Amino acid sequence: MGNGNHEKGQLDPEFEAQLKSQAEELKQQVDAGDYAAAMRSINDLNDVRDQSLYREVGRLTRSLHEAIRNFQIDPQNAEQREALSKMTDASDRLSYVVEMTDSAANRTMDLVEEAMPKTNALKEEAGHLLSEWQRFRRREMSADEFRELSRRVEHFFASVSTESETIYGSLSEILLAQDFQDLTGQVIQKVTTLVKEVEEHLLHLVVMASHVDQMTGTDHQLDDSEKTPDKKASGKGEGPQLNAEEREDVVSGQDDVDDLLSSLGF
Amino acid sequence: MKILIVDDFSTMRRIIKNLLRDLGFTNTDEADDGKTALPMLKGGGYDFLVTDWNMPGMSGLELLNEVRADDNLKTLPVLMVTAEAKRDQIVAAAQAGVNGYVVKPFTAAVLKEKIEKIFERIDS
Repeated sequence: MGNGNHEKGQLDPEFEAQLKSQAEELKQQVDAGDYAAAMRSINDLNDVRDQSLYREVGRLTRSLHEAIRNFQIDPQNAEQREALSKMTDASDRLSYVVEMTDSAANRTMDLVEEAMPKTNALKEEAGHLLSEWQRFRRREMSADEFRELSRRVEHFFASVSTESETIYGSLSEILLAQDFQDLTGQVIQKVTTLVKEVEEHLLHLVVMASHVDQMTGTDHQLDDSEKTPDKKASGKGEGPQLNAEEREDVVSGQDDVDDLLSSLGF
Repeated sequence: MKILIVDDFSTMRRIIKNLLRDLGFTNTDEADDGKTALPMLKGGGYDFLVTDWNMPGMSGLELLNEVRADDNLKTLPVLMVTAEAKRDQIVAAAQAGVNGYVVKPFTAAVLKEKIEKIFERIDS
């Protein structure tokens, strides 16, 4: 953003030097009783301040403009352009992540819901055949019943074969459905990079705005409510906590929750 | 046993619904936030409420407060299943009268244990 010589909290060195030399001049003029010259100096001081102020406001405006422009990432190749044409900004990209995870989760659950009754049916039939088979081994079965049993066993073998194939297919599809992690991960990384860039730009803007405040002698009064965020748990949730293990105010798992609740008499 | 599942993410509702079904609870309804859930609850017929915390419209804690403030609903067992993991929040939920608290991500075993515990306490 081209303001490397413009350190945080520091005024423009040129402006500072001018301010110092003219202030000294003014003091000498007042000491010497030359009030006409002193008034001229005060005017000059005002001019210096105004010019520097305009310069700072100009810089601020330019940086703001740049920051807004930088918020858009330029596609580097055809593939990215293709991707970006569908999602032109960060929020679109994050919606894409939500969509991807949603469809992957639903696809997986569809397949699981299909497979579960199949395994259940196989288990039940196997259990039934086992008890029939044991009856046969105990010689408690008539010839007719045995013929029926052998037909059923043959049918069972066939269905085990086809159903296993279907279940295996579902499992490999579930495996494939996990590709969302890769895809969404990449998008999230891009958005994270973007957010970091924007944060940097905003920080520069804050620093610049503080220069303007210094020139105009503005002192912002913050409300107490703004300074101290409400620490009590509010009705609105906060979503998942990151780095829970390293934080004192956050539980690190269900065991912690149970401990805390039992300490409250639950 | 009729159960209302409240979560803004349909996938999470579906996961909970499936887990409940495995536990033998097949009669479930869904709502996507407190605002939708409250009139359903007030309509009557629900024996158990499973709710997320962080939702647009009305949050789970606000829903819990509404439920406890309603004469017909104040004894309804409420299980919170949420990613909210701050100690302050868990204490606030306990003070608001939650019957159980499960943090996401959770396992089927944990959900089962908490639900059984809630019913044990009610039956005793």
